[in-house]
Amino acid sequence: MRLLRTLFVSVALFLAGGFVVYAATDRLQAFTTEAARRIAVRQHPVGVPSVTLETQSGAHIDVAGLRGKWLLIDFIYTRCPTYCVALGSEFAQLQDRLAAPLANGAVELVSISFDPAHDVPPELASYLQRARSRGVGWLAARPVGRDGLDQLERTFGITVIPDGLGGYTHNAAIHVVDPRGRLIEIVDSGQSAARLVLEHLDP
Amino acid sequence: MTARLRSVDVACSAALLFLVLLAPPVKRALEASMTAQMLLQIPLLVAVGVFIARLLPIRATRVIADWNYRGIGGLVLATMTSMFWMLPRTLDAAVTDPLVAVAKYASAPLLIGLPLALSWPRMGFIVRGVFLVECIATFFRLGWLYLISPDRLCNLYLLDDQQRLGQLLLLIGAALFVAIAWKLVWGRFDSLSGAPRKLTG
Repeated sequence: MRLLRTLFVSVALFLAGGFVVYAATDRLQAFTTEAARRIAVRQHPVGVPSVTLETQSGAHIDVAGLRGKWLLIDFIYTRCPTYCVALGSEFAQLQDRLAAPLANGAVELVSISFDPAHDVPPELASYLQRARSRGVGWLAARPVGRDGLDQLERTFGITVIPDGLGGYTHNAAIHVVDPRGRLIEIVDSGQSAARLVLEHLDP
Repeated sequence: MTARLRSVDVACSAALLFLVLLAPPVKRALEASMTAQMLLQIPLLVAVGVFIARLLPIRATRVIADWNYRGIGGLVLATMTSMFWMLPRTLDAAVTDPLVAVAKYASAPLLIGLPLALSWPRMGFIVRGVFLVECIATFFRLGWLYLISPDRLCNLYLLDDQQRLGQLLLLIGAALFVAIAWKLVWGRFDSLSGAPRKLTG
Protein backbone atom coordinates (compact mmCIF):
# COMPACT_ATOMS: atom_id res chain seq x y z
CA MET A 1 0.00 0.00 0.00
CA ARG A 2 2.72 2.37 1.08
CA LEU A 3 4.70 1.36 -1.96
CA LEU A 4 1.78 2.11 -4.29
CA ARG A 5 1.06 5.47 -2.69
CA THR A 6 4.72 6.43 -2.96
CA LEU A 7 4.79 5.37 -6.59
CA PHE A 8 1.71 7.50 -7.25
CA VAL A 9 3.16 10.56 -5.45
CA SER A 10 6.56 10.17 -7.10
CA VAL A 11 5.12 9.95 -10.60
CA ALA A 12 2.86 12.95 -9.93
CA LEU A 13 5.76 15.01 -8.56
CA PHE A 14 7.99 13.98 -11.44
CA LEU A 15 5.38 15.02 -14.01
CA ALA A 16 4.63 18.29 -12.21
CA GLY A 17 8.34 19.11 -11.92
CA GLY A 18 8.91 18.22 -15.55
CA PHE A 19 6.03 20.44 -16.60
CA VAL A 20 7.36 23.39 -14.55
CA VAL A 21 10.84 23.06 -16.08
CA TYR A 22 9.32 22.66 -19.57
CA ALA A 23 7.24 25.81 -19.13
CA ALA A 24 10.03 27.79 -17.45
CA THR A 25 12.44 27.12 -20.33
CA ASP A 26 10.04 28.03 -23.16
CA ARG A 27 9.55 24.36 -24.06
CA LEU A 28 13.17 23.45 -23.32
CA GLN A 29 14.42 26.06 -25.78
CA ALA A 30 15.75 28.78 -23.48
CA PHE A 31 17.86 27.86 -20.47
CA THR A 32 19.44 31.30 -20.22
CA THR A 33 17.97 34.79 -19.88
CA GLU A 34 19.69 35.75 -23.11
CA ALA A 35 18.04 32.96 -25.12
CA ALA A 36 14.72 33.78 -23.47
CA ARG A 37 14.75 37.44 -24.51
CA ARG A 38 15.51 36.47 -28.11
CA ILE A 39 12.62 34.02 -28.24
CA ALA A 40 10.34 36.56 -26.55
CA VAL A 41 10.90 39.32 -29.12
CA ARG A 42 10.66 36.87 -32.02
CA GLN A 43 7.26 35.73 -30.79
CA HIS A 44 5.99 39.08 -29.53
CA PRO A 45 7.80 42.03 -31.14
CA VAL A 46 7.97 45.02 -28.80
CA GLY A 47 7.51 48.65 -29.76
CA VAL A 48 10.55 50.85 -29.34
CA PRO A 49 9.82 53.53 -26.73
CA SER A 50 9.98 57.22 -27.48
CA VAL A 51 13.35 58.25 -26.04
CA THR A 52 15.39 61.31 -26.91
CA LEU A 53 18.95 60.64 -28.01
CA GLU A 54 21.83 63.02 -28.52
CA THR A 55 23.99 61.97 -31.47
CA GLN A 56 27.71 62.30 -32.08
CA SER A 57 27.08 65.61 -33.82
CA GLY A 58 25.06 66.96 -30.89
CA ALA A 59 21.70 66.70 -32.67
CA HIS A 60 18.66 65.52 -30.72
CA ILE A 61 16.57 62.73 -32.24
CA ASP A 62 13.77 60.47 -31.05
CA VAL A 63 14.32 56.70 -31.41
CA ALA A 64 10.64 56.16 -32.11
CA GLY A 65 10.90 58.97 -34.69
CA LEU A 66 13.26 56.87 -36.79
CA ARG A 67 10.28 54.87 -38.05
CA GLY A 68 10.03 54.01 -41.72
CA LYS A 69 13.47 52.45 -41.94
CA TRP A 70 15.13 49.35 -40.64
CA LEU A 71 17.29 49.96 -37.59
CA LEU A 72 20.17 47.82 -36.43
CA ILE A 73 20.86 48.84 -32.85
CA ASP A 74 23.68 47.85 -30.52
CA PHE A 75 24.43 49.04 -27.00
CA ILE A 76 27.91 50.26 -26.20
CA TYR A 77 30.06 52.36 -23.94
CA THR A 78 32.90 54.10 -25.69
CA ARG A 79 35.57 53.10 -23.16
CA CYS A 80 34.79 49.41 -23.80
CA PRO A 81 37.93 47.54 -24.78
CA THR A 82 36.43 44.17 -25.78
CA TYR A 83 32.92 43.39 -26.96
CA CYS A 84 32.08 46.80 -28.30
CA VAL A 85 35.21 46.88 -30.40
CA ALA A 86 34.03 43.62 -31.94
CA LEU A 87 30.52 44.99 -32.37
CA GLY A 88 31.95 48.25 -33.69
CA SER A 89 33.86 46.48 -36.43
CA GLU A 90 30.75 44.41 -37.23
CA PHE A 91 28.92 47.67 -37.84
CA ALA A 92 31.78 48.97 -40.00
CA GLN A 93 31.54 45.81 -42.10
CA LEU A 94 27.76 46.19 -42.25
CA GLN A 95 28.34 49.61 -43.79
CA ASP A 96 29.98 47.81 -46.71
CA ARG A 97 27.51 44.95 -46.89
CA LEU A 98 24.46 47.22 -46.68
CA ALA A 99 26.01 50.16 -48.58
CA ALA A 100 23.06 50.61 -50.96
CA PRO A 101 20.17 50.53 -48.44
CA LEU A 102 22.20 52.66 -46.04
CA ALA A 103 22.81 55.26 -48.75
CA ASN A 104 19.13 55.49 -49.73
CA GLY A 105 18.01 55.63 -46.09
CA ALA A 106 16.23 52.27 -45.95
CA VAL A 107 18.51 51.13 -43.12
CA GLU A 108 20.28 52.93 -40.30
CA LEU A 109 22.87 51.66 -37.84
CA VAL A 110 22.52 53.04 -34.31
CA SER A 111 24.96 52.55 -31.44
CA ILE A 112 23.39 53.62 -28.15
CA SER A 113 25.61 54.31 -25.15
CA PHE A 114 24.56 53.05 -21.73
CA ASP A 115 27.21 55.26 -20.13
CA PRO A 116 25.74 58.69 -21.03
CA ALA A 117 27.65 60.54 -18.31
CA HIS A 118 30.96 59.79 -19.99
CA ASP A 119 29.86 59.41 -23.60
CA VAL A 120 29.32 63.02 -24.63
CA PRO A 121 29.12 63.80 -28.38
CA PRO A 122 32.91 64.18 -28.91
CA GLU A 123 33.48 60.76 -27.28
CA LEU A 124 30.79 59.25 -29.51
CA ALA A 125 32.38 60.81 -32.57
CA SER A 126 35.81 59.46 -31.72
CA TYR A 127 34.25 56.03 -31.05
CA LEU A 128 32.89 56.00 -34.59
CA GLN A 129 36.29 57.05 -35.89
CA ARG A 130 38.10 54.31 -33.96
CA ALA A 131 35.58 51.74 -35.19
CA ARG A 132 36.41 52.89 -38.73
CA SER A 133 32.96 54.13 -39.57
CA ARG A 134 32.62 54.87 -43.29
CA GLY A 135 30.53 57.83 -42.31
CA VAL A 136 27.29 56.76 -43.96
CA GLY A 137 24.22 55.65 -42.02
CA TRP A 138 25.79 55.01 -38.62
CA LEU A 139 24.75 57.06 -35.63
CA ALA A 140 26.31 56.88 -32.20
CA ALA A 141 24.10 58.42 -29.55
CA ARG A 142 23.46 58.69 -25.84
CA PRO A 143 20.04 58.78 -24.17
CA VAL A 144 19.17 62.12 -22.65
CA GLY A 145 18.27 61.55 -19.02
CA ARG A 146 18.40 58.45 -16.83
CA ASP A 147 14.72 57.66 -17.50
CA GLY A 148 15.35 57.28 -21.21
CA LEU A 149 18.21 54.88 -20.61
CA ASP A 150 16.14 52.81 -18.13
CA GLN A 151 13.30 52.63 -20.62
CA LEU A 152 15.60 51.48 -23.42
CA GLU A 153 17.32 48.89 -21.21
CA ARG A 154 13.98 47.52 -20.10
CA THR A 155 12.49 47.32 -23.59
CA PHE A 156 15.57 45.80 -25.18
CA GLY A 157 16.43 43.57 -22.20
CA ILE A 158 19.92 44.97 -21.69
CA THR A 159 21.69 44.05 -18.45
CA VAL A 160 24.79 46.07 -17.64
CA ILE A 161 27.02 45.04 -14.72
CA PRO A 162 30.34 46.52 -13.53
CA ASP A 163 33.20 44.23 -14.54
CA GLY A 164 35.28 45.10 -11.47
CA LEU A 165 37.96 46.73 -13.61
CA GLY A 166 36.24 50.09 -14.00
CA GLY A 167 34.35 49.00 -17.10
CA TYR A 168 31.13 47.13 -17.77
CA THR A 169 30.02 43.74 -18.98
CA HIS A 170 26.75 43.51 -20.88
CA ASN A 171 24.78 41.18 -23.10
CA ALA A 172 26.03 42.38 -26.46
CA ALA A 173 23.97 41.74 -29.58
CA ILE A 174 22.50 43.39 -32.65
CA HIS A 175 18.87 44.39 -32.26
CA VAL A 176 16.78 44.47 -35.42
CA VAL A 177 13.94 47.02 -35.45
CA ASP A 178 11.52 46.97 -38.37
CA PRO A 179 10.12 50.08 -40.15
CA ARG A 180 7.04 49.96 -37.91
CA GLY A 181 9.30 50.62 -34.94
CA ARG A 182 9.11 47.13 -33.47
CA LEU A 183 12.04 45.13 -32.12
CA ILE A 184 11.56 41.87 -34.01
CA GLU A 185 14.84 39.97 -33.73
CA ILE A 186 18.05 39.86 -31.69
CA VAL A 187 21.11 38.32 -33.36
CA ASP A 188 24.80 37.91 -32.64
CA SER A 189 26.50 38.56 -35.96
CA GLY A 190 26.37 41.36 -38.47
CA GLN A 191 26.04 38.69 -41.13
CA SER A 192 22.71 37.42 -39.82
CA ALA A 193 21.50 40.98 -39.27
CA ALA A 194 22.36 41.90 -42.86
CA ARG A 195 20.73 38.76 -44.24
CA LEU A 196 17.56 39.47 -42.29
CA VAL A 197 17.29 43.06 -43.47
CA LEU A 198 18.13 42.23 -47.11
CA GLU A 199 15.53 39.45 -47.14
CA HIS A 200 12.90 41.94 -46.09
CA LEU A 201 14.06 44.70 -48.43
CA ASP A 202 14.07 42.65 -51.63
CA PRO A 203 12.27 39.38 -51.12
CA MET B 1 11.10 18.70 28.73
CA THR B 2 14.54 18.74 27.16
CA ALA B 3 13.05 17.59 23.89
CA ARG B 4 10.61 20.49 23.91
CA LEU B 5 13.37 22.98 24.72
CA ARG B 6 15.43 21.62 21.93
CA SER B 7 12.65 22.10 19.40
CA VAL B 8 12.34 25.71 20.56
CA ASP B 9 16.05 26.09 19.84
CA VAL B 10 15.60 24.55 16.42
CA ALA B 11 12.66 26.82 15.64
CA CYS B 12 14.65 29.87 16.68
CA SER B 13 17.66 28.83 14.62
CA ALA B 14 15.50 28.24 11.55
CA ALA B 15 13.68 31.56 11.93
CA LEU B 16 16.92 33.44 12.62
CA LEU B 17 18.74 31.92 9.67
CA PHE B 18 15.81 32.64 7.37
CA LEU B 19 15.50 36.25 8.55
CA VAL B 20 19.23 36.84 8.15
CA LEU B 21 19.05 35.49 4.59
CA LEU B 22 16.04 37.70 3.95
CA ALA B 23 17.77 40.88 5.19
CA PRO B 24 18.33 43.11 2.14
CA PRO B 25 22.09 43.67 2.67
CA VAL B 26 22.72 39.93 3.12
CA LYS B 27 20.47 39.07 0.19
CA ARG B 28 22.24 41.62 -1.99
CA ALA B 29 25.71 40.43 -0.93
CA LEU B 30 24.91 36.75 -1.56
CA GLU B 31 23.31 37.51 -4.92
CA ALA B 32 26.19 39.73 -6.04
CA SER B 33 28.03 36.66 -7.30
CA MET B 34 26.87 33.47 -8.96
CA THR B 35 29.16 31.48 -6.68
CA ALA B 36 27.63 32.90 -3.51
CA GLN B 37 24.08 32.48 -4.74
CA MET B 38 24.56 28.82 -5.72
CA LEU B 39 26.96 27.67 -3.03
CA LEU B 40 25.87 29.76 -0.04
CA GLN B 41 22.44 31.32 -0.36
CA ILE B 42 20.51 28.38 -1.80
CA PRO B 43 22.21 25.75 0.43
CA LEU B 44 21.50 27.90 3.52
CA LEU B 45 17.85 28.20 2.48
CA VAL B 46 17.83 24.41 2.11
CA ALA B 47 19.27 24.19 5.63
CA VAL B 48 16.29 26.20 6.93
CA GLY B 49 14.08 23.44 5.53
CA VAL B 50 16.16 20.79 7.30
CA PHE B 51 15.52 22.60 10.60
CA ILE B 52 11.81 22.80 9.82
CA ALA B 53 11.71 19.01 9.35
CA ARG B 54 12.67 18.59 13.01
CA LEU B 55 9.75 20.75 14.10
CA LEU B 56 7.01 18.68 12.46
CA PRO B 57 4.78 16.90 14.95
CA ILE B 58 5.31 13.16 14.98
CA ARG B 59 1.81 12.57 13.66
CA ALA B 60 2.54 14.64 10.56
CA THR B 61 5.81 12.84 9.85
CA ARG B 62 3.94 9.53 10.15
CA VAL B 63 1.32 10.57 7.62
CA ILE B 64 4.02 11.79 5.25
CA ALA B 65 5.96 8.57 5.74
CA ASP B 66 2.93 6.62 4.48
CA TRP B 67 3.42 8.33 1.13
CA ASN B 68 7.19 8.31 1.23
CA TYR B 69 8.34 4.70 1.06
CA ARG B 70 12.11 4.55 1.47
CA GLY B 71 12.15 8.33 1.08
CA ILE B 72 11.61 8.12 -2.66
CA GLY B 73 8.73 10.61 -2.93
CA GLY B 74 10.67 13.28 -1.05
CA LEU B 75 13.74 12.59 -3.10
CA VAL B 76 11.84 13.13 -6.35
CA LEU B 77 10.38 16.41 -5.05
CA ALA B 78 13.77 17.72 -3.86
CA THR B 79 15.47 16.67 -7.10
CA MET B 80 12.91 18.31 -9.37
CA THR B 81 12.99 21.53 -7.35
CA SER B 82 16.81 21.62 -7.33
CA MET B 83 16.80 21.10 -11.06
CA PHE B 84 14.61 24.17 -11.49
CA TRP B 85 17.01 26.34 -9.47
CA MET B 86 19.96 25.09 -11.50
CA LEU B 87 18.64 26.73 -14.68
CA PRO B 88 20.77 29.81 -15.40
CA ARG B 89 17.73 31.89 -16.22
CA THR B 90 16.03 31.20 -12.90
CA LEU B 91 19.19 32.40 -11.11
CA ASP B 92 18.93 35.67 -13.04
CA ALA B 93 15.19 35.94 -12.52
CA ALA B 94 15.45 35.26 -8.78
CA VAL B 95 17.46 38.47 -8.50
CA THR B 96 15.55 40.67 -10.93
CA ASP B 97 11.96 39.46 -10.48
CA PRO B 98 10.46 39.80 -6.97
CA LEU B 99 7.91 37.01 -7.60
CA VAL B 100 10.66 34.56 -8.55
CA ALA B 101 12.61 35.69 -5.47
CA VAL B 102 9.63 34.78 -3.29
CA ALA B 103 9.39 31.42 -5.05
CA LYS B 104 13.07 30.75 -4.33
CA TYR B 105 12.87 31.72 -0.66
CA ALA B 106 9.80 29.51 -0.21
CA SER B 107 10.72 26.53 -2.34
CA ALA B 108 14.35 25.99 -1.34
CA PRO B 109 13.44 25.33 2.32
CA LEU B 110 10.02 23.72 1.82
CA LEU B 111 10.49 21.73 -1.40
CA ILE B 112 14.19 20.82 -1.12
CA GLY B 113 15.40 20.95 2.51
CA LEU B 114 12.24 19.67 4.19
CA PRO B 115 11.59 16.66 1.92
CA LEU B 116 15.30 15.73 1.90
CA ALA B 117 15.47 15.81 5.69
CA LEU B 118 12.30 13.72 5.97
CA SER B 119 13.51 11.25 3.36
CA TRP B 120 17.18 10.73 4.18
CA PRO B 121 16.59 8.60 7.31
CA ARG B 122 14.16 6.39 5.35
CA MET B 123 16.48 5.89 2.40
CA GLY B 124 18.16 2.53 2.18
CA PHE B 125 21.69 1.86 1.05
CA ILE B 126 20.82 1.64 -2.65
CA VAL B 127 18.65 4.77 -2.77
CA ARG B 128 21.30 6.74 -0.90
CA GLY B 129 23.95 5.41 -3.22
CA VAL B 130 22.03 6.35 -6.35
CA PHE B 131 21.27 9.78 -4.89
CA LEU B 132 24.88 10.50 -3.95
CA VAL B 133 26.28 9.27 -7.26
CA GLU B 134 23.76 11.46 -9.07
CA CYS B 135 24.85 14.38 -6.87
CA ILE B 136 28.48 13.82 -7.82
CA ALA B 137 27.54 13.55 -11.49
CA THR B 138 25.55 16.78 -11.30
CA PHE B 139 28.41 18.65 -9.62
CA PHE B 140 30.78 17.40 -12.32
CA ARG B 141 28.41 18.14 -15.20
CA LEU B 142 27.57 21.67 -14.05
CA GLY B 143 31.15 22.39 -12.97
CA TRP B 144 32.51 21.28 -16.31
CA LEU B 145 29.89 23.29 -18.22
CA TYR B 146 30.59 26.47 -16.22
CA LEU B 147 34.32 26.02 -16.57
CA ILE B 148 34.44 25.53 -20.33
CA SER B 149 31.53 27.70 -21.49
CA PRO B 150 32.97 30.69 -23.37
CA ASP B 151 29.65 32.52 -22.91
CA ARG B 152 28.14 33.92 -19.79
CA LEU B 153 25.15 31.78 -18.86
CA CYS B 154 23.67 34.40 -16.55
CA ASN B 155 23.28 37.97 -17.75
CA LEU B 156 23.85 39.18 -14.20
CA TYR B 157 27.17 37.51 -13.55
CA LEU B 158 30.68 37.80 -14.92
CA LEU B 159 32.50 35.06 -16.78
CA ASP B 160 35.28 34.70 -14.19
CA ASP B 161 32.64 34.29 -11.47
CA GLN B 162 31.03 31.51 -13.52
CA GLN B 163 34.40 29.82 -14.02
CA ARG B 164 35.27 30.05 -10.32
CA LEU B 165 31.90 28.45 -9.55
CA GLY B 166 32.73 25.73 -12.07
CA GLN B 167 36.04 24.98 -10.32
CA LEU B 168 34.35 24.87 -6.92
CA LEU B 169 31.62 22.54 -8.19
CA LEU B 170 34.26 20.15 -9.58
CA LEU B 171 36.07 20.33 -6.24
CA ILE B 172 32.92 19.59 -4.24
CA GLY B 173 32.06 16.71 -6.58
CA ALA B 174 35.56 15.30 -6.13
CA ALA B 175 35.41 15.68 -2.34
CA LEU B 176 32.05 13.92 -2.23
CA PHE B 177 33.46 11.15 -4.37
CA VAL B 178 36.48 10.68 -2.10
CA ALA B 179 34.23 10.70 0.99
CA ILE B 180 31.98 8.01 -0.47
CA ALA B 181 34.89 5.92 -1.70
CA TRP B 182 36.40 6.19 1.79
CA LYS B 183 33.17 5.02 3.37
CA LEU B 184 32.82 2.16 0.89
CA VAL B 185 36.31 0.89 1.69
CA TRP B 186 36.60 1.56 5.41
CA GLY B 187 33.15 2.51 6.61
CA ARG B 188 30.45 0.63 8.43
CA PHE B 189 27.16 0.28 6.65
CA ASP B 190 24.68 1.26 9.28
CA SER B 191 22.68 3.41 6.91
CA LEU B 192 19.78 0.97 7.02
CA SER B 193 19.22 1.53 10.73
CA GLY B 194 16.70 4.29 10.12
CA ALA B 195 15.01 2.58 7.20
CA PRO B 196 12.00 0.32 7.49
CA ARG B 197 13.15 -2.91 9.09
CA LYS B 198 11.40 -5.28 6.81
CA LEU B 199 13.58 -5.29 3.72
CA THR B 200 11.00 -7.06 1.60
CA GLY B 201 8.22 -4.70 2.75
